[in-house]
Amino acid sequence: MERKLVVSSSPHIKSPETIQSIMVDVLVALFPVALMAVFLFGFRALATMVIAVIVAMATEAIILRNGSFFGDGSAAVTGLLLAMTLPPSPPWWVVAIGSIVAIGIGKHIYGGLGNNIFNPALVGRAVLFVSWGTHVAGSVWTRPVPFGFTADAITQASPLVTYNASLGDLFMGTVSGALGETSALALIIGAIWLFYRGHIDWRIPGGFIGIVFILGLFDGGFSMGLYHVLAGGVLLGAFFMATDMVTSPVTPAGKLIFGLGCGIVTMAIRLFGGMPEGVTFGILLMNGLTPLIDNMTLPKKFGEVKKSA
Amino acid sequence: MSERTFVGGIHPGYAKENTAGMPIVPAEAPSQVIIPLHQNIGAPCEAVVEVGDEVKMGQKIGEPLGFVSAPIFASVSGKVSKIEPFNHALGTPVPAVFIENDGQDTPFEGIKPNKSLEELTPEEIIAISKEAGLVGLGGATFPTHVKLSPPPDIQIDTVIINGAECEPFLTADHRLMLERADDVVLGLKAFMKALGATRGIIGVEDNKPDAISSMNKAVAENSGDYNIEVHTLHTKYPQGAEKMLIKATTGREVPPGALPMAVNVVNQNTGTAIALAEAIKLGKPLYERVVTVTGPGINKPGNFLVRNGTLIRDIIEQCGGLTPDARKLILGGPMMGVAQPTDEIPAIKGTSGVLILTEEFVRDQPIAACIKCGKCVEVCPMNLLPSFIGSAAEKKEYVLAEKYGAMDCFECGCCTYTCPAKRPLVQWIRIAKGAIAASRKK
Repeated sequence: MERKLVVSSSPHIKSPETIQSIMVDVLVALFPVALMAVFLFGFRALATMVIAVIVAMATEAIILRNGSFFGDGSAAVTGLLLAMTLPPSPPWWVVAIGSIVAIGIGKHIYGGLGNNIFNPALVGRAVLFVSWGTHVAGSVWTRPVPFGFTADAITQASPLVTYNASLGDLFMGTVSGALGETSALALIIGAIWLFYRGHIDWRIPGGFIGIVFILGLFDGGFSMGLYHVLAGGVLLGAFFMATDMVTSPVTPAGKLIFGLGCGIVTMAIRLFGGMPEGVTFGILLMNGLTPLIDNMTLPKKFGEVKKSA
Repeated sequence: MSERTFVGGIHPGYAKENTAGMPIVPAEAPSQVIIPLHQNIGAPCEAVVEVGDEVKMGQKIGEPLGFVSAPIFASVSGKVSKIEPFNHALGTPVPAVFIENDGQDTPFEGIKPNKSLEELTPEEIIAISKEAGLVGLGGATFPTHVKLSPPPDIQIDTVIINGAECEPFLTADHRLMLERADDVVLGLKAFMKALGATRGIIGVEDNKPDAISSMNKAVAENSGDYNIEVHTLHTKYPQGAEKMLIKATTGREVPPGALPMAVNVVNQNTGTAIALAEAIKLGKPLYERVVTVTGPGINKPGNFLVRNGTLIRDIIEQCGGLTPDARKLILGGPMMGVAQPTDEIPAIKGTSGVLILTEEFVRDQPIAACIKCGKCVEVCPMNLLPSFIGSAAEKKEYVLAEKYGAMDCFECGCCTYTCPAKRPLVQWIRIAKGAIAASRKK
C-alpha cells in the first residue's frame, strides 16, 4: 500500500468543543450583562469594559508570545469579568492595573490557564480593592440613569449599605453597584445560556444562592432572604465567578460543598464583617480549598459498595 | 416501557445512515486467505494441518492450546501453501495458515446438523459452542464456552443479548437483527438452556426502531417456553459496554474488577447468538462473520459477510477503494477500534468493522493544560475521575493514578472524546494501567 496511514490510540473521533469554544460561550453569556451595564451606566461603563478586556488580552499575549491575540479566549473572559466587578468609571489606570494583575499574578504566575488556584478576575479585583479602595469601593457607586449617557454621575450608596432598595429595582438592576452585578435579569439570562451549553451545573450556583437565601431569612424573613440574593454580587459570583472551571471542584459533591462554602463566607462577611460585601473573598477562600474538597469527595465508582466501617 | 440507560456517557455523531439500510451481502472469496492462529482473548492455537495439505471449508486448522481458547477453521477449500507469522490486527505478527483458494468451497464432511435444541443437554450445547470455535463477536473475542461454564457456586439467572451496537458507524448487528432475528432468538434460547437461566433479555438502542420491532416479532413467534424480553435502550455511548448494559436492563451493578457472573448475568453479542444457532442447526463452525465497511474514506460502504483470513485490502478493493483523502484505517468502531498501519491485515473473528477516516479526523490538535471543567467526570460511565488519573499518569505518578481509579477504566474513550483541552486521557490511562499491572506482578 503506497498511501501512508495514520496510527493512533483510540478513540478516533473527538467532540468539536474546545477551550476556545467554551470561552466564546462565556462571552456570549456575558453579553446581556454587558449590554445592561451600558444601558444603566452609559458609555463610561463600555469604556471600562473595553480597557479591561484589551489590557487583559495584551498582557496574556505578551506573556505567552504565541502570536495570537485572542488565543483561547480566556484572557478576554477574565478582563470582562474583572470589569463586571468594578464601578462604572474608575480611573483608566486602575482598570489596567487590575487586568495586568489578574492575568499576570492571578493566572500566569502559576503556569497559565488550568494551573491557577484562584479566580484571576477576583485576584485582580481583590488587589484593586486593598490598594485603591477609594476608586473601586466605598463612595464611588453611582446611581444608574437608563439611557442617561452623560458624563457626570450622582453617587449613591450601595444597596448593601442602605438595605432599602426595592426588590423590583434589584431584579432589573436600577440600583447602584458594580457594572455587572446589579441586574439579576441579565445575569439569569446569561446563566441560562451557560446551563444550556452544559458549562455549569446546578450545584455551585444552587448551593451558593440557596445558602445565601437561607441565611438571609435569619436577617429579616423571606424578603431579606431575597434581598441578600439579589443585592450585591451574589448572582454574578454564583453564576460566573464561582463556576470558573479551573478554580472550582470537579466532583459532584465537591461542587455543592464549594457553593455552600462560598455562600456561607459571603454572608458571614456581610452580616458580621467590616465590609458591606463578601462575595469576592468568599469565592477566593473557597478557591484555596478546592483541591482539598476534590480529594475528600472522590465519587463512588460504578458498582462499588460503601465499605461498612 | 420507559427508556433504560446508565449514568454518564456521550452522544457522538452516530453516522450509521450510510450502511444501516444496506443488506448483508457475501464478500468475494479471495484467491488466498491468511488465517492467524490466535483470534481470541486467551491462549493461541497450534496448526493441525501441514504445508501441502488439502483442506476443506469448515475444516479445523488450529487446535486450542488451553481452556480459554477456541479452535480455528478453514474459510475456503484449497491447499495450505505456507504456515508462518503474518500481520495481526492487535499489532504483533502471529503464526498464520495460508490457504490457496481452489474456488470450489467444498464443505468439510464433518459438518453435520446437530439435534434440535429441545433434545440437546446443556453440556452438549457448551460442547457445540466450543467445537464451533465461538468467541464473543462484539470485538472482545472471549471464548463463548468459557462464559457458558461458570464456577459451580454461581447460578446464572439472566442472559443478555447485546444489540445496542453503540459504536458509531457500525451496523453489522443492526442488519443481523433485521435479517436473522429468528436465529438471534434461537441462539439466546440455547444460551439460556446451557446456563439454566430463567430470563433472556435482548437490549437494543432506540435509534434502531426497525430492529426492535423485528426482534419483538421474532420473540413473539419463537420464544416458546422461554421467558424473553426485548428492551429498548436509550441511545448513548457506551450503552453496549457489558456493565452498562447489565445496569440498564436489570438494574444490577457489577462490582469493580468483577465479571458479569458476579451478578448472575452472562452477556452475549448478537452475532455470537446467531453463530451458535448456526452451529446447532447446521453444525457450521465460525469461519465467516458480518463486517461493516464504512466511513467517509471508503467509496462504496456496506455490510459484508467476510471469510476469516480475507485481507482488509481485498475487502477495500471490493468497496470501490479508498477516497483520495482517506488517512486512517480502523478495525472496529471509532471509539474503541484499533488503527492499523497497513491494509495487509487479515479479517478475524473479532473484526466487527472496517472504518476508513479522512484527513479531517487526523488533524493534530495541540494538547492544552487541564482546565478542570469536569466534563470527563460527568461522562465517565464508571464514575471515575479521568482528568485526575490522566494528569497523574502524564507525570508517571502511577500510585496516584490507581487511587483515582485507573484500574477500573475499561477504556471506552468518553473522556478523551469529550475533553475540550484535547488531552489524550484514556491513552494516558492505558499507559498507567500497564504500569500498575506490571508493578503488581513484581
